[in-house]
Amino acid sequence: MAELSLHQLTKAYGKTEVLHGINLGVADGEFVVFVGPSGCGKSTTLRMIAGLEEVTSGEIHIGGTVVNNLEPKERNIAMVFQNYAIYPHMTVRKNIGFGLRSSGLPKADKEARIDEVAALLGMTDLLARKPSQLSGGQRQRVAIGRAMVRDPSVFLFDEPLSNLDAQLRTQMRLEIKKLHQRVGTTIIFVTHDQVEAMTMADRIVIMDGGHIQQVGTPEEVYRRPANAFVAGFIGAPSMNMLAAEAGPDGVRTNAGGSIAMPLGADFGKRAVTLGVRPDDLQLTDGEGLVAGTVAVCEPLGPETLVHIDTAGGEVVAKADGRHPPKVGDTVRLIAAQEDLHLFDADSGVALSWGPRT
Amino acid sequence: MSAVDMPASQRPTTEAALAKPPRRPANMGQIIRWLLLFLGGIAMVMPIVYMISTSLKWPHEVYNINLIPEEPTIENYTYVLEDGRFYWWFVNSIIIATVTTISNVLFDSLVGYTLCKFKFPGRQIVFIAILSTLMIPTEMLVIPWYLMSQSLGWLDSYWGIMFPGLMTAFGTFLMKQFFESVPDDFIEAARIDGLNELQIWWTVAMPLVKPALAALAIFVFLGNWTAFLWPLIVTNSVEMYTVPVGLSGFGDEADVAWELIMTGAAISTIPTLIVFLVFQRFIIRGVVMAGLKG
Repeated sequence: MAELSLHQLTKAYGKTEVLHGINLGVADGEFVVFVGPSGCGKSTTLRMIAGLEEVTSGEIHIGGTVVNNLEPKERNIAMVFQNYAIYPHMTVRKNIGFGLRSSGLPKADKEARIDEVAALLGMTDLLARKPSQLSGGQRQRVAIGRAMVRDPSVFLFDEPLSNLDAQLRTQMRLEIKKLHQRVGTTIIFVTHDQVEAMTMADRIVIMDGGHIQQVGTPEEVYRRPANAFVAGFIGAPSMNMLAAEAGPDGVRTNAGGSIAMPLGADFGKRAVTLGVRPDDLQLTDGEGLVAGTVAVCEPLGPETLVHIDTAGGEVVAKADGRHPPKVGDTVRLIAAQEDLHLFDADSGVALSWGPRT
Repeated sequence: MSAVDMPASQRPTTEAALAKPPRRPANMGQIIRWLLLFLGGIAMVMPIVYMISTSLKWPHEVYNINLIPEEPTIENYTYVLEDGRFYWWFVNSIIIATVTTISNVLFDSLVGYTLCKFKFPGRQIVFIAILSTLMIPTEMLVIPWYLMSQSLGWLDSYWGIMFPGLMTAFGTFLMKQFFESVPDDFIEAARIDGLNELQIWWTVAMPLVKPALAALAIFVFLGNWTAFLWPLIVTNSVEMYTVPVGLSGFGDEADVAWELIMTGAAISTIPTLIVFLVFQRFIIRGVVMAGLKG
């Protein structure tokens, strides 16, 4: 096990810089998830940590050692790839044991280690099979087993669940989390799925455009997003964003709704983006923050997602699944003061969060 | 209503269920296709049949266009097999075809792998340069080859016969294209697992392109087994001849002993048949995958 840190890490392909000075510290045994849209630089960062991409500038430390110029095998890391990368011509036993080829261990010790890992992953009965005889989840487990068998300092996971169906993904998510609790090795996990990030991480690193947008616990990034990008990316459905104007006493949306918010005397009048999560919007009979016509209802069982056309654009709210509004109904929505988020209209930087944590 | 609920008279019987669906009558297009295939098959098989037929004829019957010999004999086989020259030619051909095949499988795949999986400046230029050599016909190359062999002292030797074919541009191209189908993740996973580049090539990449290796092995083996022009030029002594070169010399100035040539040719097809039968499932898959004609 080891801590990991990135210092002013940059990556450029020719003259195009894709990572712009990443700084991050990962504690020993921590489970950190990199999340962001395609092209945000999360996989590139992971591949640089693995030694599969050269570092343009900056430093990567693993266990206190600068590893920039070390070969992948010298970094004592293990990686699980998106498409598993288990060798189709080898049995499960050979695949798991592949990482021990250059370990110098006696054969008996290698076999014992393979058996131990297979038992841990519940794959003892499958050791003689070829990958073609395994299901998607079992293949993923073999890939994890191959990474585990070397007992590395850091596990790197590059979108390992994206090829699995929804049910299996949920199951594997849980298994990886349990595995981490059992072995306690530092894990860096890359995904574009914010649900995976929220459910698995000790801390989430949200990236966009080659920059880290925010680093925090799942609760922090959900409740106190650092900017409008993080607010929109984390949470499903996404946070509603309404153009508004804020002053010391409150906020008035461009569509006409208003809400009192004690922002303080030194809060100058300015254009803002008002963010409110669908979960935090309530139907009301009184004067609402926004009003509009129900355009689409998406029943999810316990709740229904309601898409409402308003003067400020589409707003999504969650309604009780047993008594949802009907398409065409005119509805008014209200939110509690503490559930509102204010972002600067130009930079997107968070100006105020609700106090609820 | 399920089948169980049906009255017995309406239930489908096992015989009826298992009966083959009625065959649709063939249309004219199908008939023409089958006819063309049949004629193509005849055209392919006839030379082989005629070769075997001639090998079983006496010299005076060779120019009779009959498929079944009037007086069949195995005298030609006895003569050829007891002739020490044919034995040497056969061994020479086996050695040359085997060594060149092994060399091509190893070195073409090494170069193909390097061009496919390593990013280095000039990679495309090297690949195009290799490919461009495919446009130079053998007839243009034999004189430089001969001069090289002469200056290196390789005339009338195995090295002399083999060296132009130890690596081929076609094999390099074929292997590069197949290595494209090996995901980079496999290579990178092996790199992280601590293997060096040569180990990755041998342990991970090569097993994944077995069909291409088999196809290449067959192409190279057959090509070298039947090679005629260069072995004819570079060899002087009868002991260094290969089977095709040796067979062409059966007979004398006045007459060509076709029955002996056909006998030698019939015997010499045996190794190629064995190679093809062993690897045919690979070659078919390999050719389909490479999109190349055999």
